[in-house]
Amino acid sequence: MKFLRNLLDKVEPNFTGNGKYSKFYPLYEMADTFLFTPADKTRNGPHIRDAIDLKRVMSFVVIAMLPALLFGIFNVGRQVSESGTIIDIFLSGLPIVVPIILTSYIVGGFWEMIFAVLRKHEINEGFLVTGMLIPLVMPPTIPLWMVALATTFGVVIGKEIFGGTGYNIFNPALVARAFIFFAYPGAISGDRVWTVDGLSQATPLLQASSEQGSKALELLGSQFNWWDMFYGFIPGSIGETSTLAILIGAVFLLITRIGNWRIMAGTLLGMLLTAKLTNVFGETVGSSNPMLFLPAEYHLVMGGFAFGLVFMATDPVSAAQTDRGRWMYGLLIGFMCVIIRAINPAYPEGMMLAILFANAFSPLIDYFVMKSHIKQRLKRFAA
Amino acid sequence: MEKKAKAIISDPMVDNNPITKQILGICSALAVTVKMEQAVVMSLALTFVLVCSNVIISLLRKGIPRKIRIIVQLTVIASLVILIDQILKAYLYDISKQLSVFVGLIITNCIIMGRAEAFAMQNNYKDAMYDGLGNAMGYGSILIIVSTFRELLGSGTLFNYSIIPASIYLENGGWYVNNGLMLLAPGAFIILGLIIWVQRTYTHYIED
Repeated sequence: MKFLRNLLDKVEPNFTGNGKYSKFYPLYEMADTFLFTPADKTRNGPHIRDAIDLKRVMSFVVIAMLPALLFGIFNVGRQVSESGTIIDIFLSGLPIVVPIILTSYIVGGFWEMIFAVLRKHEINEGFLVTGMLIPLVMPPTIPLWMVALATTFGVVIGKEIFGGTGYNIFNPALVARAFIFFAYPGAISGDRVWTVDGLSQATPLLQASSEQGSKALELLGSQFNWWDMFYGFIPGSIGETSTLAILIGAVFLLITRIGNWRIMAGTLLGMLLTAKLTNVFGETVGSSNPMLFLPAEYHLVMGGFAFGLVFMATDPVSAAQTDRGRWMYGLLIGFMCVIIRAINPAYPEGMMLAILFANAFSPLIDYFVMKSHIKQRLKRFAA
Repeated sequence: MEKKAKAIISDPMVDNNPITKQILGICSALAVTVKMEQAVVMSLALTFVLVCSNVIISLLRKGIPRKIRIIVQLTVIASLVILIDQILKAYLYDISKQLSVFVGLIITNCIIMGRAEAFAMQNNYKDAMYDGLGNAMGYGSILIIVSTFRELLGSGTLFNYSIIPASIYLENGGWYVNNGLMLLAPGAFIILGLIIWVQRTYTHYIED
């Protein structure tokens, strides 16, 4: 530790003032604050005494994603080699997942650095999370050049043109996924999504919506039962399959109060209500759309719902900021997700589009919540 | 050509580009830029309509009653659009079908109305012609830039000639896949946005 500190102190003059590499100060700053707690103190009031900072928040989210990631690697490994001990299976998943993660971090870090140097600000930690979210929402069969392109798109178009970390309207990781979804639909949806070593299988959502005239549960049949989907032994994107692993992350986020419980609860509630509604609606009109009949608890464990609920919807930048607004924002996501899944035949998965949609509305929601606060106060003090 | 005419023509190319600066004519810029062929034909059609309408309206400007000027302008523009639509149908039928309603919608293109109202009504026919030419070229240049990116990335071709070698495509054992986003209107929107970003970084123009 002492050695590292000395090294950093020794090279510091090169990066500050008129030093040789002063253009690359963001790099030095990144290394320095990543290894040591900065000694900077707030000079003017108000003084909030808290150890929390952007770096810690982001690291906590990454920690919360670890269970989903580890299970994801295991689940990918399971598709490659069914036999062997858990360790063997896990190890055979590594060479598929790790390159995707590395690509995402290297490409994203590259853009982050370019913009930090050009705009002369410090490198932000926001990409710690985005860089991990992107691989987790990609199918394991995705070619690496697509990951690189999607990361570029997510970071540059999704974040940097709005001004960088903290200014983005949409969740950059979801922008990256949406890019792949629309640019290379063959790589992310349809039956090609899961073809590790020639093994091909439809995702549960695709299976459940595959045939008109029957009901989703019949189509799922014995191939996918609820507990399998809850534990995550199903095809899907790397991090999204195991609802259990995601729930562990959710508990961590809630205990550390990094993730907002109102958004999670709102999303869950919105999904439950809307799913019930579609069930009733399907029964009443005798619809031939199988997805209308999917019970709420299945919506929870299938596709990216749980993952989006815990890690994407709660993104503090693109979500609503007011407490009442968070409820509405969550409800909107849950509602839209089920509606897109059930009613739009082109998109079996609705969570990504639902969250992006709600992201676009969150400033408006906040605006109206604030307006109503002002109105209430005026009324209270009018008399 | 005298200096003033040059300025009238060159100003709408970059500094006052109807698409990237005034954000007019976006509708057709999104719709007809999937292929370069369409973009070029559309630009030519618009050039014809814009130059002619500017000249005609400029010649008529003294006689147009103030209160009904929009109707008179629209009549001129609509006649020209019908003319070009018929010409395209007669000689370039395939492209005319691809462009579908967007030739007819030149009537509502804000650039033409805007130039008629803002320039042709106040200036002589020569300047109005230069202005029409400059604006049409500003519009056309952006259309062609956008369509170059969209056709190259979305279909791997330029003017329907394959540019990206067939052997690297996934279905031929390679790895490359065409970018489907570029075939959708949002693709054009994003490219347009990037062009505006580059232009504004370069010219230091900031919207207030």
